Amino acid sequence: MARTITADEVSRVVRENLGRLAWDLPADVQQALQEARAAETGPRGRRALDLLLANARTARDERMPLCQDTGTVWCCLEAGPDVAVAGDALAGVDEAVAAVYTGERLRKSLVADALSDRSNTGDNTPAFTELRLVERPGARLHLMLKGGGSDNASRVAMLPPSAGRQGVIDTVLACVSEKAANACPPLIVGVGVGATFDKVASLAKHALMRPVGSPAADPAAAALEGELLDAVNATGIGPAALGGRTTALAVHLETAPCHIAALPVAVNMGCSALRRGTYEL
Amino acid sequence: MSCDGSSPRPLSLPLDRTLLTQLQAGEACLLSGPLYTLRDAGHARLLDEMGAGPLPYGLEGQAIFYAGPTPELDDRPFGAIGPTTASRMDFAAPLLYDRGLAATVGKGVRSEAVRDACVRNGAVYFVTVGGAAAYLAKCVTATRTIGYDDLGTEALRRIEVRDLPVFVGIDARGNDLYEIARREGGSAHRG
Repeated sequence: MARTITADEVSRVVRENLGRLAWDLPADVQQALQEARAAETGPRGRRALDLLLANARTARDERMPLCQDTGTVWCCLEAGPDVAVAGDALAGVDEAVAAVYTGERLRKSLVADALSDRSNTGDNTPAFTELRLVERPGARLHLMLKGGGSDNASRVAMLPPSAGRQGVIDTVLACVSEKAANACPPLIVGVGVGATFDKVASLAKHALMRPVGSPAADPAAAALEGELLDAVNATGIGPAALGGRTTALAVHLETAPCHIAALPVAVNMGCSALRRGTYEL
Repeated sequence: MSCDGSSPRPLSLPLDRTLLTQLQAGEACLLSGPLYTLRDAGHARLLDEMGAGPLPYGLEGQAIFYAGPTPELDDRPFGAIGPTTASRMDFAAPLLYDRGLAATVGKGVRSEAVRDACVRNGAVYFVTVGGAAAYLAKCVTATRTIGYDDLGTEALRRIEVRDLPVFVGIDARGNDLYEIARREGGSAHRG
């Protein structure tokens, strides 16, 4: 009989790992920032990278949040064909999020309703959850603390198919050019191409889960990633938008099938404090 | 004095108005003294409360830091603190500058209206590095909530900072750091 993923198990993984994400910069992001510092030539850009690296040390040493914006919580349960998932598997996530945000004194940044009630919910709930059924065996939980500044700098564009590859490049570059300064560069730029209006943003977000700088599985996507990274860094926007060589540490691009009439493109900006992790269940 | 961030200029808060007009976009500075933290919901409330009158809470001549810190802890008197996106406060900033606000501190590009308000009033916009909130918290030496307590992280706070690292984002002549930085960064990349 297939193993069943329960609410208790999911909730336990959230409780055990969420707090740490707020103060422990993932090793791949840290490594990429160090490499960017070594390559940086602009004095302001160097100063910004020094500050970000010092910040990562202070945060880790003192268990202090890397960023005051401890974000919305994204929690994606990914389950393979060899496991069963209880219908309420994600039902304990909010309680776990509330416990972590209150216990660890993280910032509560959620309002009750975007339109009609912008009062703070007081415990950073609800989390934004997702259940994803995949071919890969086993089950895992993706967690991300997503800052408001970088999410606000993101966008979805429904291009005509005739816009083609160049249209994708133009969309990404326009977004970086207009919004990078608000998104806390150096960035990890998540790009989704394909699927439908609602799914393309999810592609871009999932792209942020890949190790920084790891190429896309699809060779054409990987080639475009390299081209986009060069173009993004040629803008000169630089670390903290203070000028320099590294505006983005990486561009991660995921593609999907789509309608004959469509070329959906999404850009989800990941900030220099990209706080995310994947945990096997 | 340095315009490349290598040797920052110390500045006392509240800022001397004459000195303020001499600052140059791109210049690195270290701020010491009182700062007021306020962000989205707090700005809407401040405008309502102020109406046609003067700046309340003793804000005249002072500087607002667009920031919402994390909560304090028993053994950590000041939460993590850093800049939020300044353009969201563009709806309020020109009026606040016109009523006597000397400076704002945040991150990101501002509107033309904010730039014009800086020129009109001999005021400035400082930028600081986003995502460095554990480090920047080390620069905070005192904090006190002085209004809008019900807004939680968005409350109006008076904080004391020592050597807070910033750059002049828009100077009193309307020069913009991000335009300068991009020009220089682009040529460095090509070089």
